[in-house]
Parts: sequence; structure tokens; C-alpha cells
Amino acid sequence: MKNRWRVLENKIFVRWLSFVSIVTMILLLVFFLTLLISSWPAIKANGFGFLWGKTWDPVANNFGMLPFLVGTLITSFLSLLISAPFSIAAALFLGEYYPKGLIPNIFRNVIELLAAIPSVVYGFWGLYTVAPLVSKIEMKLHMPAPGVGIFTASIVLSIMLIPYSVSLIRQVISMTPVALKEAAYALGSTRAEVITKVIIPSNISGISAGFLLSLGRALGETMAVTILIGNSPEIPHNIFSPSYTMASVIANEFTEAVGNIYLSTLIEVGLLLFVVTTIINIIGRIIIKRVSY
Amino acid sequence: MTPYDIQGLKGRRIKDKIFTSMVWLLTFSCLAVVFIILFYIFEKGIGSLNWALFSQNPKPVGETGGGLLNAIVGSLMVVTIGAIIAIPVGVSVGIYLAENRGRKLSDRIALAVDVLQGIPSIVIGIVIYVWIVKPTGKFSSYSGSIALAIMMLPPIIKNTEETLILIPTTLKEASLALGASYFRTTMKVMLPAGIGGIFSGCIIGIARIAGEVAPLLFTAFGNPALNFNILKPVDTIPKVIFTYASSPYDDWHRIAWGGSVILVSFIILLNTIIKIFESRWKVQF
Amino acid sequence: MEGTILRTENLRVSFGDNLVVKGINMEIGEKKVTAFMGPSGCGKTTILRAINRLHELTPEAKVEGKIFLHTENINEMEAMTVRRRVGMVFQRPNPFPTMSIFENVISGFTLNGIKLKSDEKNHIVEDALKKVALWEEVKDHLKKRATSLSGGQQQRLCLARAVAMKPEVILLDEPTSALDPLSTAKIEDLLYELKGNYTLIIVTHNMQQAARISDMTAFFYLGELLEYDDTKKVFTNPKNEKTQNYITGRFG
Repeated sequence: MKNRWRVLENKIFVRWLSFVSIVTMILLLVFFLTLLISSWPAIKANGFGFLWGKTWDPVANNFGMLPFLVGTLITSFLSLLISAPFSIAAALFLGEYYPKGLIPNIFRNVIELLAAIPSVVYGFWGLYTVAPLVSKIEMKLHMPAPGVGIFTASIVLSIMLIPYSVSLIRQVISMTPVALKEAAYALGSTRAEVITKVIIPSNISGISAGFLLSLGRALGETMAVTILIGNSPEIPHNIFSPSYTMASVIANEFTEAVGNIYLSTLIEVGLLLFVVTTIINIIGRIIIKRVSY
Repeated sequence: MTPYDIQGLKGRRIKDKIFTSMVWLLTFSCLAVVFIILFYIFEKGIGSLNWALFSQNPKPVGETGGGLLNAIVGSLMVVTIGAIIAIPVGVSVGIYLAENRGRKLSDRIALAVDVLQGIPSIVIGIVIYVWIVKPTGKFSSYSGSIALAIMMLPPIIKNTEETLILIPTTLKEASLALGASYFRTTMKVMLPAGIGGIFSGCIIGIARIAGEVAPLLFTAFGNPALNFNILKPVDTIPKVIFTYASSPYDDWHRIAWGGSVILVSFIILLNTIIKIFESRWKVQF
Repeated sequence: MEGTILRTENLRVSFGDNLVVKGINMEIGEKKVTAFMGPSGCGKTTILRAINRLHELTPEAKVEGKIFLHTENINEMEAMTVRRRVGMVFQRPNPFPTMSIFENVISGFTLNGIKLKSDEKNHIVEDALKKVALWEEVKDHLKKRATSLSGGQQQRLCLARAVAMKPEVILLDEPTSALDPLSTAKIEDLLYELKGNYTLIIVTHNMQQAARISDMTAFFYLGELLEYDDTKKVFTNPKNEKTQNYITGRFG
């Protein structure tokens, strides 16, 4: 009877749903294993010295990741630092000062427009606007003035981070219990004091999680940084130096990599990038889950 | 003055005013930056938006003129096929998570989806390269689509799950009480009831990948010629912007600005559609 | 009982460790209206939902014992078959919001993949809507969204939807508790009219409703069947003290 088909249809459907969901979960594991296996030749050849090796010389098969590590960390943290006051201010504006209303709603949508611009367009824009400005500053400081470098990349990256950190922090702040705020006001605190002494401290986990997740984004950001970082595989001297990030070196050199070890090394860099961003993401999400209860 | 007057009240009031001013200043700086950037992009690129841009392929290096036709076609190809792959998979996982709430396995899958969202797109490109490009020895549009599909999954899954959870159980029960199978109940009652949110999720996914380059660098790679074959490499608008931006040719820069305007306008359009959808398309229960 | 259509044998339902329905043995008469009554939490709705196997949606629910539809054990049949032969109307009207009035009435067929010709469909819809006294009100608006109807109309639509399948039993779970008095009265009249042709089991908190339209009344308390008899007898001369207390409003 038609029932048999219907029962079968059900069984296939339910099995499909579970299958697809479990596969999605395993995807992460598969990613990790793929990267691990593909970078194994490099791991064997480069050894642990890879992590703090200063030279990146593909021709001589002498690979050291330190310049990229330094470049990545400095750019990411610097961009986080630059964006932090802006993100917190906008989050406070939208989450605490003016949580409701048409104009704040418009402001929120405008800031979210920053997320609509693709990374590569940010890089292009930065090349035309930020880099020349930084170049002028460098000339005033009597330094070599290529314009591109850590500072330029960090500025543009900080702009890119703003919509995400504002959104996360705003949500966290707007969940502050009214009773807590009223208690502080009732004791005669000024608004600034309520914010700095009550709201921010009580939401510090959520805010940190917001920054942590933004850091994760910054670490993985590729295109804008590649255009603006200067592509120099040497350890940077100062924040104006051209440099290289882990994501950028992969983007630039992957398709030109000749030789098994070279490619494998780049994949090893990708593996490290994957591990670091995944750990940061998991920690950030766990904190946010805890804070939401 | 009462004995309880607090010292330094004037100072605290000043601090409060400074703090508030700073908040306003910084917030408005953010808004200003948005306008500055968008204005610059449009000003630079509007001039390039001519018929040639949309109808011609790139000219060889050194020659002036040319357009983005191949890149536009390429973008449409990778995004469409990526969506075709991602939407059924993403909606299915969303259905699974909505139906199996509270189970440990569901929590783990949800965490995996969240983490998937945070993987740098270039890493996804590497993995697809290892799985598909290396064994087949060729760059191809479909490998790029697969990479983009993986990136589209998290928003589709999350939106589907959240939308289905909001549908009252009584609707499912009404359908089952008529003897309908679980499969038909889901397809003909639940999904239509949640179509608004599910659609939003798909649009969000597309908006996210429309401007991506990193995962395509070693999958779809690039192709100066017009190509409709998914087994061959293909160029996309953001990839062309990247290549041209890093080049020294003014003409290429001009085209890249045109492409930037097209790309940013498209993404803003998608975002607007999402916002309209979220307020209008609410099915009443 | 003669003309029994439904019979339960030691029906037990538990949610996790909690035994909610504690061994029910009863027979439901064919083409009669049976009212299930009792204070909140007595298990009457749980028993109702066991009949069309809706508890399968809840993982913690366990149904034990036997329920017979005529001579077949409901729990051994294919769930979808049971549900096609036993219809249900829920407490809150739940027409399918994405479908029109017409599509809702016929939804029992379309959702089951049963293909019908256009005139067959029209006939079924008109017939069902007439049976629930909704035809005159909506016959010119059949393509409108079902959610554009009022609460009372929506509930009648849900009844039409169930009736269209020509079920052997219709289960009604407090069908008027979410409606205004006028709509309630309309539906009660309907149920009274459907009485001769359908077997109805109706869970209700409304004693006057039970007294008005039911032939048999079952009184449940804490998962047990305390009294089950002709409605007139239960209301005028209840045998069980608890039944007496419930009817006179001492609790419930």
C-alpha cells in the first residue's frame, strides 16, 4: 500500500538529516586531519625550530615562521587595540545610552554597513587612502616611507572589526539587569560611574569574549592585510615596518610554491592558523554561553 | 551642606560629561568612517560603470579598456552553485537541530557549526585544494563553489534552526494528526511556515561569500577568458579587484574600482532585502 | 458494551518516571459522544493523545497496554494509518497558516499524497464545510488565507479538516476552551449534529458542555477512571464521591 512508501520516505529523510548533521560536525575534525597530514612532510623536515626560525628562504628550503607569527600577532592585537575604544563607545551608545528609538536604529544599521564591504575592497581603499597618509607620517619621522606596513594594515583591520565587536558587546551590555543599574544610580552615581564601575565590570566576561572573537577574526583576515602589509618576510623593526602575516604568506605564495616541502610548509602555517583560531573561537563561545544564562 | 555631601562632586560631574562626550565622539567617528569609505568607493568607481565594464572581457596587459564580463559570470557561477550545494545541506542540518533540541549530540553539532563559522576562509581554501584540486590536477569553478558552500553553511543552519524552533508544535501535531508522514509534515507544513527566516539565512550566506577571495585563490583560481564550464577555473569580481589592485596599471585600477562599486552595491542590496524580510515576512500562527 | 468501536486494556502512560495514566480499561461506544472529564492533570488529555499516538513525538513518553480500534491493536498498526482513521481537533485552532481555506480542508489528502481530481476536491471541501456550518460564510472566499478567519471560524475549519477524511473517531481536546461563548455555542450545536454519524470523544472542563452534548461521561482522577456511565446518571446520581465533589465544584 502507499503506506510502505511513506514509511520508507520517512526513514530515508530521518537518516539523511542525521547523516548530514553528523558530517557537518565531523567536518572540523576532517579539516584538522587534512591539514595535519598534508603538512606532515614539512613538520618532519622543518622540525620544531620552525616556530621560532627567523629566516624564510624557500630557495634554500630553510623555513622559519617567526616573522609571520610576529607580524600576525602585532597586526591583530594592534587592530584590536585601535578598534577597542570605538567599539566600546558605539556599543555603549547603542546598548546603554540609546537602546531604543529610530535614530539609534539607523546608527546601528549604518555601522553594520561596515560589514558589507568585502575584505579585498577594504584593502584597495586602504591602499589609496590610508597608505599615502601613513607614508606622509613616515616621511615626517624620517623613516623609509613605503606607506604599507603593519600600521596601515592594523588601521584598516581595526575598521573591519568594528561592526562585529560592536554587535557582540552591545548585546552583552544590553542584557545588564536593570536592578543593578538602578542600585548604582540610587546611590548617587553619575552615568559614567555606573558604566565604568558597574556595567562594564559585571559584563567583563561577555566583553572579553567579544574581543576574543574579534581577535579570532583579525587573525584569519586575509585579503585586506595581504594588500596592505608590505609582504616582507623579515621580522619587523617597528610598527611602520612592512611585514607578513600567516594568512598573507599563504595567499601570496601558495600557487607559486615549487617543491613538496615548500607547499607543505605553507600548509603547516595554515594548520597553525586553524588551530589557533579554533581554540580562540571555542573559548570565546563558551564564555558567551556562560554569560547568557 | 549636609554631613553626607560627597567630596569632589564637581569633579565627578566633569568626568561624567567628558565620558559622555567621548562616547558620542567615538560613536560618531565610526559613523563618519562609514560614510567616508562608502563615498570614496562610489566616487572612484561610478565613473567606470559603463557598458564596456559589463560586456567586455579583460584586455591583455598593457592595452587599455576591457571589462569584467568574465568575472561577473564567474562570480554568478561560483555563488549559484555554492548556494545549490549549501542550501539543502544547511536547511537539513537546521531541521535536525530544531527537532533534536536538548540532546548532547545536537549541542556538539551546534558548537561545531559555530566554530566552522570562525575558520579563516583561506584555510578552507587549502583543504579543498588538498581534497579536490590536487587529486584532479586542475583548478575549477566547482571546487571554489564547494569551498564557498562550506562557508555558507553556518548562517543557513542557524537561521533555519531558529526559525523552526519558533513554530508552535501544535502545527506539527495538526499535520501528523491527519496521518501525514514526518517527511511530508516537514516539507509541506513546517518549511513553508518558516520560509521567511530560512530565506533570510540563505541570503545572509550569499552576502557573506559574494566578496570572498581567499578560498578561491587555489580552487577557482582565475581565468582571464569568459568561461561557463564548471570544470574549468574561473575569475570572480573580488579576485579581479585583488589582482588589479596589486598591479601598477591605472586602467586596471579603474576597472577594479568599478568592480568594487558593483560588489558593495550588491552586498548592501542583499542586506536590505534581509532587513525587509525580517520585518515583513512573519507568518502568523 | 454493544457497538464498541474503541477499547482500552490496561492502558498506562508514563513520562520518564512519572506514571500519569495508571491502567485504564474502558470501551467507547460507536457513534456516541463520550466526554472525558476531571481536574487538571488527571490524565484525560494524555489518554486522548494515546489513541492517535501523538505521544510518539515526546521521547520521554512511554505508552503501555492495548488500545483496540474495532479488533485491531492501535499500537501495532502503522501510526499514519491510525491517524487517518482517527481525527483530532486541538485546543487552540491550528489551521495551516500558509494554506488557503480550501487547501486546509483538503490538507488531509494533500499531505498524505493522495491525488484527487478537481471535482472530487471541490465536492469534499463543500461537503465538509457544510457539515461544520461554515460553507455559507466562506464559499466565496475559499482562496483566502485560513488565518484571516475568526477564532471560532478557524476551529470549525479544523473540524472540517478532520471530517473531510471521514474518520471513524474524532478526538476533541477542549475544542472550545479558547473560544468566545458565541462560537462555543455554535460548535456545541455542530457536535450535537455530528453525533449520529461520527464517534466523538471530547475532553472538556466545561460541565454544562458535557451535560449538553455527550451520551457517556468518563470521570478521571489522578490517572484512574473513577466513574463511567450514561451522562445523565453521572450528573444526577454519581456513584463516586469524588465525582460528586467535582460536579458540585468542590475542586477542579
